[in-house]
Amino acid sequence: MATTETRTTARVVGTPVPRKEDRKLVTGHGQFMDNINLPGQLWLSVVRSPYAHATIKRVGLEGARELEGVVAAFSGAELAADWAGSLPCAWPVTEEIRMPSHFPLAFDKARHVGDGVAVVVAESREIAKDAAELVEVEYEPLAAVTDVGRALEPDAPIVHDDFETNECYVWKLDAGEIEQAFADAEVTVKRSYRQQRLVPAAMEPRGALAQELPGTGELTLWSSTQIPHILRLTLAGVVGVPEARLRVIAPDVGGAFGSKLDVYAEEALCLALARRLKRPVKWIEERSEAFNATIHGRDVLQEIELAATAEGKITAVRVRLVSAMGAYLQLVTPGIPLLGAWVYAGCYDIPAYSFECTGVFTHTTPTDAYRGAGRPEATYAIERVVDALATELGMDPVELRRRNFITEFPATIASGLTIDSGDFNASLDRALEHLDLDALRAEQAERRARGDTKELGIGLSTYVEMCGLAPSGILGAIRYVAGGWDAATVRCLPSGTVQVLTGTSPHGQGHETSWSQIAADELGYEVDEIEVLHGDTTVSPLGMDTYGSRSLAVGGIALHQAAQKIVAKARTLAAHQLQVPEDELDYEAGTFTAGDSSVTMKELAFAAWSAHDIPPGFEPGLEATAVYDPPNFSWPGGAHAAVVEIDTETGDVQLIRYVAVDDVGKVVNPMIVDGQIHGGIAQGVAQALFEEAVYDEDGTLLTSSFTNYLVPSAAELPSFELDRTETPSPTNPLGVKGVGETGAIASPAAVMNAVADALAPYGVTDIDMPATPERVWRALEEARR
Amino acid sequence: MIPAAFDYEVAESPEHAVELLGSREDAKLLAGGHSLIPLLKLRFARPSLLVDIGRIDRLSYVRDVGEWLAIGALTRHKAVRDDPLVQEHCPIVSHTAGLIGDPQVRHRGTIGGSLAHCDPASDLPAVILALGSELVITGRDGERTVPASEFFHGVFDSAVGPQELLTEIRVPKVGNWTGWSYLKYTRRAQDWATVGVAALVRRDNGSVDEARIALTNMGATPVRAAAVEQALVAGEANPAAYMADGTDPPTDTSASAEFRSHLARVIGGRAIEEAMAR
Amino acid sequence: MRRVSLAVNGVRHELDLEPRELLVYVLRERLGLTGTNVGCDTSSCGACTVLVEGESVKSCTVLGVQADGRDVTTIEGLADNGTLHPIQQAFHEQHGLQCGYCTPGMVMAVVSLLADNPDPTEAEIRSGLEGNLCRCTGYQNIVEAVQSAAAVA
Repeated sequence: MATTETRTTARVVGTPVPRKEDRKLVTGHGQFMDNINLPGQLWLSVVRSPYAHATIKRVGLEGARELEGVVAAFSGAELAADWAGSLPCAWPVTEEIRMPSHFPLAFDKARHVGDGVAVVVAESREIAKDAAELVEVEYEPLAAVTDVGRALEPDAPIVHDDFETNECYVWKLDAGEIEQAFADAEVTVKRSYRQQRLVPAAMEPRGALAQELPGTGELTLWSSTQIPHILRLTLAGVVGVPEARLRVIAPDVGGAFGSKLDVYAEEALCLALARRLKRPVKWIEERSEAFNATIHGRDVLQEIELAATAEGKITAVRVRLVSAMGAYLQLVTPGIPLLGAWVYAGCYDIPAYSFECTGVFTHTTPTDAYRGAGRPEATYAIERVVDALATELGMDPVELRRRNFITEFPATIASGLTIDSGDFNASLDRALEHLDLDALRAEQAERRARGDTKELGIGLSTYVEMCGLAPSGILGAIRYVAGGWDAATVRCLPSGTVQVLTGTSPHGQGHETSWSQIAADELGYEVDEIEVLHGDTTVSPLGMDTYGSRSLAVGGIALHQAAQKIVAKARTLAAHQLQVPEDELDYEAGTFTAGDSSVTMKELAFAAWSAHDIPPGFEPGLEATAVYDPPNFSWPGGAHAAVVEIDTETGDVQLIRYVAVDDVGKVVNPMIVDGQIHGGIAQGVAQALFEEAVYDEDGTLLTSSFTNYLVPSAAELPSFELDRTETPSPTNPLGVKGVGETGAIASPAAVMNAVADALAPYGVTDIDMPATPERVWRALEEARR
Repeated sequence: MIPAAFDYEVAESPEHAVELLGSREDAKLLAGGHSLIPLLKLRFARPSLLVDIGRIDRLSYVRDVGEWLAIGALTRHKAVRDDPLVQEHCPIVSHTAGLIGDPQVRHRGTIGGSLAHCDPASDLPAVILALGSELVITGRDGERTVPASEFFHGVFDSAVGPQELLTEIRVPKVGNWTGWSYLKYTRRAQDWATVGVAALVRRDNGSVDEARIALTNMGATPVRAAAVEQALVAGEANPAAYMADGTDPPTDTSASAEFRSHLARVIGGRAIEEAMAR
Repeated sequence: MRRVSLAVNGVRHELDLEPRELLVYVLRERLGLTGTNVGCDTSSCGACTVLVEGESVKSCTVLGVQADGRDVTTIEGLADNGTLHPIQQAFHEQHGLQCGYCTPGMVMAVVSLLADNPDPTEAEIRSGLEGNLCRCTGYQNIVEAVQSAAAVA
């Protein structure tokens, strides 16, 4: 009997295929939310509270209603009956968690600046905006608490009166002999860090358009979202329609970074108002509105403590967090700290582990997922405190890391999860090679010796993170409501092309290209012969969407499996056509061969479609769906290094070099992977040096535009030096890991360790993020005293 | 992002602009629009009439008028930056015009609009003040000339009256015997100045005969640092130490008043050094 | 309403505009040229950058009536009969875009930048793009796209 083989020939996987998405986007033909308009559509404008905390005494809509072109205006109370349920929070992290109701418009109290209290609907964008100004809301302003550190103080104003406390939940994870480890420790270090509040600031603000189809009552929602499938399920519950009668479409989405992983009030409002008014209703967020109305990220106070031996073996890590929820719980608000809860030991073998997080309500915009979600915080804390331990021990931070790295894989870590693969020494070696650390240290010493006012600082961040959400069983065990699988359907069309339906919902990540590469290799087609359809619950009804660096490691694997099902089915038809047993067929790159005869996948696709001559019991068509639930998270890791120059007179910090060596497993498209890492690093550097959402004592967001919320431009950043090491993930057949968040996870610690390194000779031990010139200057002044 | 509604008239000449301004109490002038339109969009400003002077082409020029250069109020920042006369005779002005905003702003924004807007964080006012420039204002009764020291009244408040417009800026030719510098500190390249310092020095064999130092964003208007100027002429060791004397800097999200004072001393010291070396 | 005449991508349009209509909305909503995006309301992000008389401007900070009689070029006017402009081609080849929302404004800013300085250094490219924000790319591949477009031109 002939040896049979099914070979996947990597023709395009692993190569930098230029993106299929680009052509429409570079020519200005992207279909973003505000490009979509329907005949007869109305415009929605939301009247928002200027107060962080206020009783709503009266909502005066007369003036707005009288303006010509205004179709309707409603207060929160007037729309109360439109809601079948509260805006959802899908992650009640503990049994006892306090879950406030959260309706699309507030009707008793406003609880943060930007909380919606009324709406107007008008014939044009301009009239809606003019009318919103005519709404007279009478507020009774109340004292507010916006500082996460003050939320639990006895005299702090309460966000939700029913709870009589601002505590939302306390969540704990303990493993190993933590008390004993600290009792036995030869050295301990304890540090407090602050993860400032950040604004995700995707370049496209949010937007929504809802339409009720006349006659049927079916609703369609277009939304600038990263989660069309989750929106359909949840919004059906908010507005009270059967899920089967709601269609959600995510058109081209101009970035999200977690901020469009939410079920927002305006989406529900557009649906409810389109249903009430029997006309399409559209809302486009203005940027100044977005700063208060779209979720924020981080806002966590951290305390981390290490126990270690005198030789630098770390024996325990203890972490306490206070994490701001904001005024309400959005889709996964309470769970964000939990995404970091397992990885506060970083890439180190630490046997005892203790984590506790207290979630608190404040009179601020709700927080939720922002690129990295929990893991940048964890990486920052462990990587900063490891440097502090190195200082305490008088040890080289490189050497201290090496003494503690996990080196055997798979590695079950104290917090209970299993890191499937990695090689932390390899990434660190490579990063140090690129950096030329000895030369940098020499230059640093020279500058110090000559009293240069421009100090050099070098910082490291070695990391591992858990992403690729995730095994459904584990998600269930930690009380996340949904599963972590994803789905793909592959269909070989009779004309010689392939249709891929994916449950992922890209918004910049290039899935159309990478998915085409995977399908092309499995099925033996060209990349251009494959169409990838997504982001519409009617076109691709099954999916869990895009967040948590999950798309490739979950959705990409579903696609791979669906393609393999097709090959298996095609083999049956090929055997029938070539009149040989199935097991005598070789398959490679889209062709089945037995001896001298062969048949291609394209020929089989036509034959399966025409169904003129198929074996008994063979279903016509070459089509398969696969749903993939990963057995483990994805565990990318690596080593990043930053070099900063600090002007000790002005306090100005310049990032002058950045080296990133990442291990993201097998790479489908290296160009896209590098792009993801570039973008992640830029956002992490922005957290370290530029961005901070600042509230004043009354609860007004002071940094509420791009003029004072400092998203960096090209002029503030250097080119980054990237390299990769590769340990394929044994968890999935493609060997891939997540990559979307690694840059943002690793970089804040690298930059801030570099800042601390530069300032160490002055006796400065720490600076809060962002390391603004004023903070640096004050730290130096303090140290000089 | 949608301004409140307003009427709009195009002025054919400065005189026509004055006449149109007189037709409505809350009329506002529109030049390049890069100061006003952002305020309109956020509805922080809501005039009932905009008088567009952007088409009065004859207000866009640079002329050599003996001891002075005359710059038309509607000359755009990029044109000021690239103008050979300005580069030769008053390089601090061309240099500073090239630092304003970003390229798109420099393509549209005008020198007159920027000065008349009186934003304390704007770069040109300090330079114009340090230079001892004169500003020509056209009103009902024709032209009047105001020295820069009397032009800046407060935040968004200049000597230009409700029925007047700034038509020309006269800057002295400083020649190559005068060292100059304009340095500003910003967190990002596109940001308004946290602090800026304009320095002009006339030297004679290493000593300073005359110094003119003016500060950006250290008060409601650009301010002269008189104590620094005197210390420079007196040959004191560290004149920049006086840089924040008599100033009233704001506190905002980019810096506290205290840190602005510190930055002014550091940046000011560097500006003096650069001016002395030029 | 005010009658204005605009030449956009070489086509002349006579329009009756409300004075408060911003050029970006005139392009998007009156003329259907939706390639030019709106990313902020403070003239900070540059997503709305177009060329007026060949120079980059932020079309959210220009009234439609101010553009009366002017030549305007938008992203839709760059490609020549389906052939990408060298800068568009370079953005594609160098992966200078991800979500693509800032891209039209970024590309138009680069057209103006290279017209002003055909052979810029990396530092000149970076400072020349100070008025355009991108949240996806970290700018690196945008800078490389500009370098590669400059080399072709």
